[in-house]
Amino acid sequence: MTLSHFSAAVLFAVFASVVFGITQRNTPRDQIRYGLYCFAMFAGGVFVAGWVMWLLRH
Amino acid sequence: MANPTAIKSKAVDAPKPQPVTAMSVVVPAIAWLIPGAGHLIQKRWIRGLLLMTSIVCMFVLGLAMQGRVYKPNGGDILDILGFVGDVGAGGLYILTRAMNWGQGAIAHATADYGTKFLIVAGLLNFISVADAYHIAIGKKP
Repeated sequence: MTLSHFSAAVLFAVFASVVFGITQRNTPRDQIRYGLYCFAMFAGGVFVAGWVMWLLRH
Repeated sequence: MANPTAIKSKAVDAPKPQPVTAMSVVVPAIAWLIPGAGHLIQKRWIRGLLLMTSIVCMFVLGLAMQGRVYKPNGGDILDILGFVGDVGAGGLYILTRAMNWGQGAIAHATADYGTKFLIVAGLLNFISVADAYHIAIGKKP
């Protein structure tokens, strides 16, 4: 099975965010909010790291 | 001289030791062996299923990407850390070793992602075990 770097990173973000959301907060509402926050941070980190590498390359 | 009021306040604030119950022993063991099962046996159905799905999918994807499965006594410190991560997946790791799935060495870039998926699935299961334990002792709803 071959995944692109981006799809692998998104899948990683989804699974890790679900676990972080459930385990790090108490109420269902907070769990969903924290899970979404973690996903946004993971996905955003991928884009930021990508642009940083692009800038270093050029 | 110590302030007696402060000492009394500290004594009151000190956390009470948690009683050792059957659930507080069984739940972490079950949760480690089967990801998400620690929540399921405490009737946290949705949380348990989500945890199980996430951790099992991550581990299976790691195997599908031909990730490396670390073995004990790798010799190198990074190999030992990799083993600690992998073994966190509990029953999935035991099954993988028993069936001789996974790769001994990384052959290409995607396999390196697979190796990380396997390790992180185990580490996420460690967090899941701790959460199930906190529910069992009543520290978390």
